[in-house]
Amino acid sequence: MPFKPGRNVNLYALTWRLPIIFWQFVFFVGPVLFMVAMSFFLVKNYRMTEAFEFVNWSRMLSRGYFWDSYWYTVIIASVSTVCAMCIAFPAAFALAFRASESTRRWAIFLLIIPFFTSYLVRTFSWFVILSESGVVNAMLATIGLGPYTMLNTNFGTLVGYMTLTLPLVVILQTVTMANIDKTLVEAARNLGCSAFRTIWQVIIPLSKTGLIIAAIFCFILSFGDFVAPFYLGGSQEPTLPILILDTTKSGQQWPRAAVVAIMMMLTLFAIAFIGIALAYRKPKGAK
Amino acid sequence: MNTNRALNVILGIYVALIFAFVFAPIIFSMIFSFNSQRFPTIPLGSFTTEWYAKILADPDVWEAALNSLIVSTCTALIATFLGFCTAYSDFRYNFRLKGPYLALILLPPTIPLIIMALAMLAWFSRIGMSGQLYSVIIAHSVLTAPFAMAVIRLRLNQMDPDLESAAWNLGGSEWQTMRHVIIPFCKPAIASALFLTAAVSFDEFAVSWFVSGLNKTLPVIILEIVQGNIDPQVNAIGTFVFLISMTLVVLAQIFFASRQLKSIRT
Repeated sequence: MPFKPGRNVNLYALTWRLPIIFWQFVFFVGPVLFMVAMSFFLVKNYRMTEAFEFVNWSRMLSRGYFWDSYWYTVIIASVSTVCAMCIAFPAAFALAFRASESTRRWAIFLLIIPFFTSYLVRTFSWFVILSESGVVNAMLATIGLGPYTMLNTNFGTLVGYMTLTLPLVVILQTVTMANIDKTLVEAARNLGCSAFRTIWQVIIPLSKTGLIIAAIFCFILSFGDFVAPFYLGGSQEPTLPILILDTTKSGQQWPRAAVVAIMMMLTLFAIAFIGIALAYRKPKGAK
Repeated sequence: MNTNRALNVILGIYVALIFAFVFAPIIFSMIFSFNSQRFPTIPLGSFTTEWYAKILADPDVWEAALNSLIVSTCTALIATFLGFCTAYSDFRYNFRLKGPYLALILLPPTIPLIIMALAMLAWFSRIGMSGQLYSVIIAHSVLTAPFAMAVIRLRLNQMDPDLESAAWNLGGSEWQTMRHVIIPFCKPAIASALFLTAAVSFDEFAVSWFVSGLNKTLPVIILEIVQGNIDPQVNAIGTFVFLISMTLVVLAQIFFASRQLKSIRT
């Protein structure tokens, strides 16, 4: 047992401590470990048999389409992260430094609502808005532009990703920047530092940890989302989540889907690890 | 000073544009749900409730709505219970392996839903629990418990740690203290956690789609309708789903904020 004797371990303590251990081991750790095991199983005549073979791994990892899909997903999720971070920054800056406390609270209150509100329906709504005869093209037509094809393009996929990630990224950036020591920003300004230099050399370094965590979440959400690339991007180039979907739903190739899923998790671990290492690295010259 | 004011105006407009982008799909979905055209555009067609009449006449939608109601209610109760237990353990005790213990509850939201969906589907099939409504409830409780834990843990942060020992000194047992001191103190956060976890569960589609089998929830029905074609019924169901989940999230936030007012009074 991991508990030291005589350290308040009684029925009362265990009542509160054990439920989550039991629940998550059976319904969270269990599924994830089983998925790893499943990647070594065999599929014969559409039935999965338990085995320990590397055939799924070698087959998936030797396929060109897997790696095409892999790099496409990594790149578009990275682009999405850069876009979300850049688009959100001025808004978060305004809310953190220019808005009053109550405005900021209201803004965050409002942004939390869409973050927890049906992403699927919001994506479908974009599908209608962005379509060839949709609202955006109708508005552009009044000033003599278009129609533009926005669906089934990377642009469409990115609009979907922004729908998913922007509220969260704005919230995280705002909270981070609102919490930095304002006297340091004022000091920089009083000493004659320009506005952009203050942002670049004072505000961003001071809020680095929060910004990187926002970027990591943004990457995870974009990387794992299948709705935006499927409905708005037309899945011409399938992303990894679409690959999992196709492999699972058609052909019952669960073990191969598991290989894709594990590759995704390893990638996310690596990114999160690098990100967190960067986030908590001491700046040069600091004690 | 003038450039400063100009900058404030520009930033204000920028923030407004961001909000417009974020809320545009919700607002358009609601507008289009009353629009007569099959392929909605501007200018709008005439006002109609045809799409609502259609979904209200569809028994599949009713069944899915009932399933969603059951799933989100049960999920909220289980996830909030698990979240409370863990938040309290974290607040009250220090023990070895506390890091991994907390990781156990906090990790699921960092794993993409499609991966959780595959893992849950495979595992539930293996242990003979797949394709049932309770499979969805169990999966959702794993996914939403961290939100409940976070909300309740933040509330416990505001409690004076001496309050508990004071209750013991006055002769209360640990169980009595829990019942008469800690739970009343956490009530607003518990309510908030219930609403928030219900909202997340009500909107979740990836895991539900994989593990629900024939017991479809509303988001799964939506997912099936939108497979590649524009059907205005989705706007009608979507408006309904938006209203419910927005109400839940707003209630969650109101209860979460009410704790601050209360702690000032006490």
